[in-house]
Amino acid sequence: MSRLSTPSRPRRSLASRIPLFDQVRSSIGLQRGMLVAGLVITLAFVLVAILAPVIAPFGFSQLRSDGVAFGAQQPPSSSHLLGTTVGGYDVFSRVLWGAQTALLTIIVSVLLSIFIGIALGLISGYLGGWLDRVLVVVCDAVYAFPSLLLAIVMSIVISGGRSDLTGGILAASISITVVFIPQYFRVIRAETVRIKNEAYVESAKVIGTRAPRIILRHVLRNATRSLPLLLTLNSSEALLTLAGLGFLGFGIEPSAAAEWGYDLNKALSDVTSGIWWTALFPGLAIVLAVLGITLVGESLNDLADPRLRGRRAAVDSGAPSADNGAVPHGAGASGAPLIDSNEEARS
Amino acid sequence: MTAELATPDPASAAPPVTARRSASSGGGLLRYLIVRFLLIIPTIFILVTLVFVLMRSTGDPITAAQGGKLTAAELAKRIHDAGYDRPILVQYFEYIGQVFTGNFGNTITDNRPVTEVLYTYGGATLELAFYALIVAFIVGIPLGMVAAYFRDNAPDAFLRIFAILCYATPVFFAGLLLKLIFAVWLHVLPVAGRASTGAELQMQVLPGKTGIYLIDAFQTGNPDVIGDVLSHAVLPGIALGLLTAGVFLRLVRTNLIGTLGTDYVDAARSRGVNEFRLVRKHAYRPALIPIITVIGLQIALLLGGAVLTETTFEWKGLGFQLAQYLASRDFVAVQGIVALLAVIVAVTNFIVDVIAALIDPRVRY
Repeated sequence: MSRLSTPSRPRRSLASRIPLFDQVRSSIGLQRGMLVAGLVITLAFVLVAILAPVIAPFGFSQLRSDGVAFGAQQPPSSSHLLGTTVGGYDVFSRVLWGAQTALLTIIVSVLLSIFIGIALGLISGYLGGWLDRVLVVVCDAVYAFPSLLLAIVMSIVISGGRSDLTGGILAASISITVVFIPQYFRVIRAETVRIKNEAYVESAKVIGTRAPRIILRHVLRNATRSLPLLLTLNSSEALLTLAGLGFLGFGIEPSAAAEWGYDLNKALSDVTSGIWWTALFPGLAIVLAVLGITLVGESLNDLADPRLRGRRAAVDSGAPSADNGAVPHGAGASGAPLIDSNEEARS
Repeated sequence: MTAELATPDPASAAPPVTARRSASSGGGLLRYLIVRFLLIIPTIFILVTLVFVLMRSTGDPITAAQGGKLTAAELAKRIHDAGYDRPILVQYFEYIGQVFTGNFGNTITDNRPVTEVLYTYGGATLELAFYALIVAFIVGIPLGMVAAYFRDNAPDAFLRIFAILCYATPVFFAGLLLKLIFAVWLHVLPVAGRASTGAELQMQVLPGKTGIYLIDAFQTGNPDVIGDVLSHAVLPGIALGLLTAGVFLRLVRTNLIGTLGTDYVDAARSRGVNEFRLVRKHAYRPALIPIITVIGLQIALLLGGAVLTETTFEWKGLGFQLAQYLASRDFVAVQGIVALLAVIVAVTNFIVDVIAALIDPRVRY
């Protein structure tokens, strides 16, 4: 990407070019709190995922240590911090290992859907014609369909509904990808259709630039505005879909990897008999991970939308100044600040 | 979730391009409705085809369901009897023909028509979706108004976190927690099911039973039965409703912030319209269109969520049944139910678009 950057744009300082740094700086008050909290939680989630082999006391499929079985449904104790499951696994270890499965699924599914979705969106939007119409109708149909059901069907196709290998991650990711492609397709296609009529694309055509080059250089670079936001929203949705699939029994077998949704499925009958630890902790792990990613996404959404952005943000993004947080905000009830933000939207 | 991205722009909330194009050339509500109605057909067609192709690419459903249980010869005979050894295209056209006459095939495990499965269990899912929507409206819309009015203040901060938590909590986890607290620990609400056995027996003998327990319970006229049915509905309704409530809250907030900043709201305020009325009438009404459009998308989310909620609460609806068929690897049933749900989703989206068009002339151009 850096190779393509236009030299005419004024150079920003190194710090401001780090992803998200700019957003953190230009946010204020509550928005900054949410963004920072989201980043911290997400970072913790990623760290746990990476370090799971080091910090987890036991393996995800370990049933005994030193020749002694853990025992099933043991309440939390010093040897098993969060107790053991009905299958005799250590809950704490499986919660930690689950982060790894979740992160891998997110990465694979988001990458796959981004590439396919963007490619289809660009081609469809730029070329138009019957291909465009067909793709739009197909994607609209898929988009409107309950995503979980589609993911179920896909996972049946890919793994026959049961995954005994770590390839189960791939099955879950591809299932989720099918659901996401229409979303990227729609966003990128809409942008492409808009950009296609811009003067700079026309001039590129006039000087004889070929279509692939126009698409990659002129359209793609300008069409990716809303991608970071979509990416965060989809990451959290991928996590939830993975958990939903696992909960319905389409997850990854406990001997292959730890998966939170699968563990919650197994905890279903525990709850009725008052065993809370097998359900609570994997569930909390899902909530925290999704919460972190969503907080980041929400904040980015607000910062990108002038109607929702805190009032200092517009000033800051233009000319960096030192009076951080000095401007009072949040007096939405009085009416006047709302007019301000409205004018901001027009400028 | 991406629906919210589109909300500030009314055009993007409008139905697919083809409809807009044809409608804008001639104009008129009727024309828009006809085009929009015709668009249901390709939508259903595409989804049914997609599900057929995907499911059939795994092999024939009889092997999937009965694989280890029958001998090879028996298996081959049953595959031949069911016609699964014919060319895939022949099967496809036969299937499409069946679907358009309302025949979604018979389940393999218990050999019932899929439409009968829908008829028996659809009511329960409808009922659950109804409870969930009520919870979503009661919780989401007023709280969204509060959040928008107190924008960037403490109540707003609290409510936004609440909305994100609603979204971040999988329905089955919310269900498990509610179950644990209210059913297992406090013993105030039932653990699972749609009604207790006694109440179910009373409703079974009703001459005009609908399968929708709420209606049936009122038909018995027995307050105990009504109470029983309602108490069973509370936890599943909340579990599924909170998910949608979070979406409504954010949606109402975002759109109200937009309309609260408009000139006519300032004008109304300067005329001395009180603040409550200002939010409730002046700002809320115009913010309603995107909300209605998103409700259409929520139907799909609700149906997906219903599968999970019904499994959590053993709520014997379509979703619960789907999970059962999935577990027994009855892919004809799965294909049938999924195709049927596709029809339902397509039709609800049509209805939502019609309502949006009736309210806002901009949608239909």
